[in-house]
Parts: sequence; C-alpha cells; structure tokens
Amino acid sequence: MITRFLWQGMDRNLRLFILLVLAIGIVLPLLNQLMPPTSPFYVPSWVLQLIGKYLCYASLALAVDLVWGYCGILTLGHAAFFALGGYCMGMYLMRQIGSRGVYGNPVLPDFMVFLNYKELPWFWHGFNHFWFAAPMIIIVPSVLALALGWFAFRSRVTGVYLSIITQAMTFALLLAFFRNDMGLGGNNGMTDFKDILGFSVQADATRAVLCFSSALALAIFLVISAAVVGSRFGKALTAVRDAESRMRFLGYRVEGYKLFVFVLSAAMAGIAGALYVPQVGIINPSEFAPGNSIEAVLWVAVGGRGTLIGPVVGAFIVNWAKTYLTGALPEVWLFALGALFIAVTLFLPRGVVGLWSQLRGRGQVKKAVAT
Amino acid sequence: MKAPTHARSTSALLYLSGVTVSFDGFKALNNLSLLVEPGEMRAIIGPNGAGKTTMMDVVTGKTRPDEGEVVFDGTADLTKLDEADIATLGIGRKFQKPTVFENHTVRDNLLLALAGLRSWRKLLFAAPTKRENDRLAEILGIIRMEAQQHMQAARLSHGQKQWLEIGMLLAQDPKLLLVDEPVAGMTDVETETTAQVLREINRTHSVVVVEHDMNFVRALGVKVTVLHEGSMLAEGSIDQVSADPRVVEVYLGR
Repeated sequence: MITRFLWQGMDRNLRLFILLVLAIGIVLPLLNQLMPPTSPFYVPSWVLQLIGKYLCYASLALAVDLVWGYCGILTLGHAAFFALGGYCMGMYLMRQIGSRGVYGNPVLPDFMVFLNYKELPWFWHGFNHFWFAAPMIIIVPSVLALALGWFAFRSRVTGVYLSIITQAMTFALLLAFFRNDMGLGGNNGMTDFKDILGFSVQADATRAVLCFSSALALAIFLVISAAVVGSRFGKALTAVRDAESRMRFLGYRVEGYKLFVFVLSAAMAGIAGALYVPQVGIINPSEFAPGNSIEAVLWVAVGGRGTLIGPVVGAFIVNWAKTYLTGALPEVWLFALGALFIAVTLFLPRGVVGLWSQLRGRGQVKKAVAT
Repeated sequence: MKAPTHARSTSALLYLSGVTVSFDGFKALNNLSLLVEPGEMRAIIGPNGAGKTTMMDVVTGKTRPDEGEVVFDGTADLTKLDEADIATLGIGRKFQKPTVFENHTVRDNLLLALAGLRSWRKLLFAAPTKRENDRLAEILGIIRMEAQQHMQAARLSHGQKQWLEIGMLLAQDPKLLLVDEPVAGMTDVETETTAQVLREINRTHSVVVVEHDMNFVRALGVKVTVLHEGSMLAEGSIDQVSADPRVVEVYLGR
C-alpha cells in the first residue's frame, strides 16, 4: 500500500527531476572528494556549500508551495519553521562544542557564560544527544504549525488575514529570539560550531555529506509531496483551494485537510533549516525576518506555483541571481528582486515551469497541425 | 461525524419552527416556521431581502439561528451541526452560479462529490473502489458526458457545467436538495428545461427551490411558500398565493 501511495503521484518528468536532484547530490560531493584540486573536474568546497544551501532553500520553497500552491494558504511566515528547525540543530551543535569554547565551560555555551547563566536552561537538556535533537527538529516546527493552524483554520481565517497572522507569527518570533533572556544567544544567535555527529563541520568530507543529505532530503520531500498531491487527498486539497465552501457543502471537513498539509509543510521546512545551519555555520534571529518568508514565496512564484518542480527551479534561479548580484552589483539586488516580482506577476503567472510547458504545448500543437 | 442529537421527532423531512436570525439587530428571519414533507418539491419565493438565502444558510449550517428549531429527517437537530455534518446527513445545496471544480477533470469532480469517503486520513491512502467506479460510469451516462470525463472542467461550456453540477448532486445523493435561484439570468427556453430537470430529480429526491421568478415557479407547479421580511406570508398553490392580496401588495408595492 505504501509503495503504491508513494508512486501514484509521480509522472515521468518528476521521476527524472528527482533523479537529477539526487545526481547533483551524489556527483558534486564525489568530484570534490575524489578529484585532485588541480583537475578541471574538481568541485571546490565553496561550491558544495553553496549548492547545499540552495538545496535547503529549495526544500523550503517546496514546503511553501505545498500549502500555497496546492491548498491556497498564502503563508508569509514559513521561514519561521525553517529557523526553528535550524535553532534545534544549532542547540545540538552548541552542546557539541563542549569545553572547546572560549570560556572552556564544559556544559554552558559561551554566550551563557558571558550572560552570567549559572546553569543550563531547562529546554536545553537533551540537546547534547543527536537522537533527541533530531526528532525535535521535526516536532518543534510541527507543534507551532499545529497550534497556529488549529486556531486559524477552525475559526475560518482565510486569505489575506491568514497571511497577516503568519507574518505576525514570524515577526513575534524574531523579536522573542532577539532577547538575551530567551536563552538562545539573543542578537548574535549561535555560531562557532565544531562537530556534528563527531565529525568536524569545517572538514570537506563533512560538507560533502551535508550537501548529499540536503539533496536526499529534497528528493524525499518531492516523493512525499507527489504522493500527497497525487492521492485522492490531493484532489480534495486542490478543490479546497479552488472552492472551499463548495467542499464544505459536499460534506468535507476542510480544516483537517488544511491542518495536515500545514503541519507536513512545517516539518519539511524545519528539516531544511536543520540541514542549512551546519552548512552556513550560524543561526541567528535574522532568519525569522519577515522578508525571508516573503522571499520564499517569491521563489515559488518564479518557479511555478502549484507544480512540484517549479519551487525547486525557482529557489535555484532566484538564489543564484542573489549570490551573483549581491557580489557583483550589491546595490542593485533589492531593485532586481522587486522588478522580478512585478515581472513574474505580470508576465509569468504560472512561473518558469508554466512557461516551459506552455512552449512545449505550443510545439506539440504545431507538430499536430503539420502531420 | 457527531451523532445527530435527539430533537423533537416529526414525520416531516425538514421542520423549521420559530426560527429567528438577526444580524446587528436586523431580523433576517423572524419567527419562521416551515414544513417540507418527504418526497415533496417546494418552491420558496419572496422579494429581495425576504430571508430566502438566510433560510438556506440556516438549513445547511452556515448560519446559526438565534432562536427556533431546525430538524431534519425527524431526529437531527441541524442547529447543533456544521456544514460537513449536515451534508453527510443528506442535504445537498446547489448555488446560483454553477460551481464545479474548474481545475479538476469531469471524473474527479464527480469522484469528489460521490457519497462516502470524506475523512482526510482515509483519502490519503484510498484507491477508487469498483463500486465507486461503477457509480461514476452510471452518472457519466446519465449526464451524457462519458466522452468528456477526462476533460478539465474549466474547458466545458456553460451548459456542460450545469450538467456536470447536476451529476455531482446525483453523486452526492442527498435526501433533500436545496436549489438557490436556478434560473437567474436564463432565457425562457433554458428556464423551462431547468424546471423539467428539477421535476426529474424530484422523482427520487425531495427538493426545495428558492426563486423569485414567478413564471418559473408557475412552470414547476408545486406548493409555494411566500416569505416576506423573514416570516411566512402565505402558502399554497401558485394560483392561491398570487390571488392573495397581501402577496400582491408585497410584490407590487403599496
């Protein structure tokens, strides 16, 4: 049953795309590890780190698309789930530093010593074990999504009001995590990580494995998402997106559908955030900035809302452009982002993937006419 | 689904008694009482603002009455249930505008409407059963849309969408069907066809039609309830009510 469930949503294009994602995640790390730095096929570590980061962003975009593209919930706070997963990973990595910190305290992370903490806050207990931190990466964002979704969907908050609530949520978390009393590093967040599962986070081999893990996570998320949207649940889900009250009058309890995808999506965003943190080496409250969530929505819009390939493509295009422009022409980036948003809204309502299938469709029509 | 709470039992399929709904002090329904017998088709007419749509909202669980009883099928107290529960009990609603799921195929539209599975947990892993496929084939035959079953609903013509929606109502198989202004914006010929279709459906289902087109109601030829300012003004055959001086006054002005 599970196999059928996992395969039902996949068409040929998606299968090829998932293989492509996995190929990137396997070939690039292998080239980095096996080729000598002098070889033209050598992939430098910074490229691995960059690709790993993009893969995490792509997972976040897919999570956003699952709720926005397939269920019509325009979330403007999804980066909060990403950041919460990241903080869980950050807490684990902080505890791994042990007595190698600047102050050499075997239990308390540096920032706690600096802020005169006498003992570890209660919610830090357990985070020295990976077996504890790993489920927390899923549980913490899911519980927040469950609580927010439970109240919002039951009260039938929809549309722009729901968007505002999600935006307020991430902003509230931003303010909360800025506070030193929060016990999570305040303004500076957490950094100077040393080990993950006993391996140095700085080592090239670790980076290679992290890049592969990010690709694997994205591939798994694609398979799960395809199964969900391809099931009868998925048909009901898009029907909720298109005509919610009609579904209620057909006897569907719409809240359950919304809540399930919202929580699933938050869990995916949390895992993406957790894989992101060891690769960038820092987690701080700026990850909760409202702009981050809006950017994630933009990736989906650029790539193609309501498709599974679209958000991944969008995340790569926009972030590659961001990396390039913030390096080459830093003052232009925000204008370029704004222009992109306007251009996509006006000319590419179905995103890059939509444009591609439109062009292909036209080609096929021409062929059909010719024959 | 919550168990239908026990209310006063009655032989009527739909029983409204003393129903009052007010919005910010304005009484959209004012002590309205109404009985619909099993198998009956009833037309409800009234000028704009008479409370026709509010009455439908109360019956389908969209609006909660401030006072009064709403009982379905003798036992189910509709004031305690939500839209999904009420739909599962067997009350279907057709909206004024044809509402099909535009991005779904004709077949998927019918599958979504098909009586049965509604829980998200079960739908995640459910494959259509043989019984469901047979029923779909049967309905596709009735509405004569086998050839279009894999076509996206958005690409259907207006008339095909109406047929599809009727197919969805058949798939839902409600005991009672509420139809909201089915002939708004229709030509005379289309209006006549719609009346025929509703009479057809009425052979196997009870129907309540809300309308303010007197000619259409005359074509239906069923018992008529006239609403005015949220209460019942008159009830009887179309000839009886149109001869009633109070009805004439409401419709033609003072």
